[in-house]
Amino acid sequence: MALEREKHLAERSLLTLSESNLLDLYRLMSLIRRFEDRVAEMYTRGKITGFCHLYAGEEAVAVGAIHALYDKDYVISTYREHGHCLAKGVAPQKVMAELFGKATGVSHGRGGSMHLFDTEARFMGGYAIVGGGLPLAAGLGLSIHYKEEPEVVCCFFGDGALPQGAFHETLNLCSLWKLPVIFICENNFYGMGTLTQRAICQQELYRFAEPYNIPGVRVDGMEVLEVYGAVLEAAARAREGVGPSLIEAVTYRFRGHSMSDPAEYRSKREERIWQERDPIKRFRRRLNERRVSGEVLDRVDREVDAVVEDAVRFADESAEPPISEVAKNVYVE
Amino acid sequence: MEVTYVRAINQALFEEMRRDENVFVMGEDVADLGGAFKVTEGLLEAFGPDRVIDTPIAESLIVGAGVGAAALGMRPVLEMQFADFISCAFDQIVNMAATMRYRHGGQVACPLVVRAPCGAGVHGALFHSQNPEAWFTRVPGLKVVAPATAYDAKGLLKSAIRDDDPVIYFEHKRLYRSIKEDLPEGDFLTPIGVAEVKREGRDISVITYGGTLHYSLDAARIADKEDGLSVEVLDLRTLLPLDREAIVATAKNTGKILVVHEDRLTGGIGGEVSAIIAEHAFEYLDGPVVRLAMADTHNPFSPPLEEFVLPDTNKILAAIRRLAAY
Repeated sequence: MALEREKHLAERSLLTLSESNLLDLYRLMSLIRRFEDRVAEMYTRGKITGFCHLYAGEEAVAVGAIHALYDKDYVISTYREHGHCLAKGVAPQKVMAELFGKATGVSHGRGGSMHLFDTEARFMGGYAIVGGGLPLAAGLGLSIHYKEEPEVVCCFFGDGALPQGAFHETLNLCSLWKLPVIFICENNFYGMGTLTQRAICQQELYRFAEPYNIPGVRVDGMEVLEVYGAVLEAAARAREGVGPSLIEAVTYRFRGHSMSDPAEYRSKREERIWQERDPIKRFRRRLNERRVSGEVLDRVDREVDAVVEDAVRFADESAEPPISEVAKNVYVE
Repeated sequence: MEVTYVRAINQALFEEMRRDENVFVMGEDVADLGGAFKVTEGLLEAFGPDRVIDTPIAESLIVGAGVGAAALGMRPVLEMQFADFISCAFDQIVNMAATMRYRHGGQVACPLVVRAPCGAGVHGALFHSQNPEAWFTRVPGLKVVAPATAYDAKGLLKSAIRDDDPVIYFEHKRLYRSIKEDLPEGDFLTPIGVAEVKREGRDISVITYGGTLHYSLDAARIADKEDGLSVEVLDLRTLLPLDREAIVATAKNTGKILVVHEDRLTGGIGGEVSAIIAEHAFEYLDGPVVRLAMADTHNPFSPPLEEFVLPDTNKILAAIRRLAAY
């Protein structure tokens, strides 16, 4: 049973990762949660507009996965990508400023919440077409393969992307050509408001690996070390040139699909069950087992609060992009 | 030595792949078979399977993978086996490739070329005859070219490959082996965004591109010989960005404009060309701007029906004569 094995790997990681590594994981998850909470607040206050999809509840997936990569590896994601972008090391100031639409934003205010991108961090973009980023992941892998570079690509997408043709086209090709891509499906059970049972013929999403002859595993996406362990293995496999893997991380978004979605299609009971599996609270408990004190973690939270506060201030005080540059970068100049 | 249109494209690929190792070719049957039309013939032998790549039949993926590779500095040349199939890749072209640079404030470029063998007159029927250029000419971030001569086929492809923006390159299937010309030795480029007067004249201008250029030139010659009309023929060559200066210049020069294309009439490039002239050369006109294009139907298989809906030399000649008499 895949799940048991992943749990075993997670236990091992808890023992083998250094305390500073474990604290890094905690810090990043806490950063994403607090960042997203503040984003929601800023949205309500009209500082952030447009379509905004929060990652709260899913932090363990991005943080666990990206921690298993090297800095030079690539990440490509979806429109719910604030978490991946922060986990990949992009400065919270630049992410928040982008959400505010400011010139100092990571995409210079041109992309907003759904189109974060940072070449320096090798964060190759959030893509606001469901499944649209998957073929690009194949292309990143193809370039790495051609240049004989050691990097891998970590490609995040939601359960909603599985019925898209792009998913199947991309998995077929990456398996066929053994491209160094790790596919991570964040299964949060809803494609906007439609339950996966009503959209996908197979509820064990990791089994979509089978027809493409690649390994598929399901991990508890609320358990950061399980995700970490699975991605570590998949990354090693990709780096060795053996090919891609599919990891299904079962998770849950604590908020609606977007800021304008009250998520009335979910029962309060269901939400409560998942709140009890809060990945950050769970990880706190695991860290306590490792004798990391609550005080230390509280201090991390306070540091993170200051970072987020600073990001909000930076975003708020930054200038709007100048109208004179509205057509800049439509073409290479 | 005389070079056919198809050979000119092939030469451009050879030369650019030799010049820059980041250039690679990818598409359906482009390697082992050398392409459905033999455009990529010989490339596999010369450059090997890492740079000449057969893909599954998945146009969206071909372009999407190209976008990803381009973002890391590669220069993919992606073949749509027929331009009609480009609709499968529409999302990747208009949403991913075209916006790549703008979306992120200029962090990366997307230097790719999508080659699209287009055009009717080969009895290909509905899904092997279309001219879908106008789907793309209103998408900022893309460049769209449509060469009509072997020289421009080579020169524009070389420019497209060296261009840092995504370029859709429409090559007309009917021209592959039906036209040939002497090409200069060595490296030459046709600049993107620059139209060319292929025949000078004073009385009427025919503005055209791609598959209907040669019909237009033939019609112009006949009008000269039989009617004593001096017809200028402007080959747009690039459809995005349009060469507005050249369009306005020829309108001012002759005052009578016939726009001809093989794409359908409604929503075709001719509408945009007409609007440019109406806005910028209104006082110079001696008659209405006239459009001659494919009828607003689908591409019928039946040869007589196909002939009926498409522009040809006789129809262009008749339109020239009507406009001359206005």
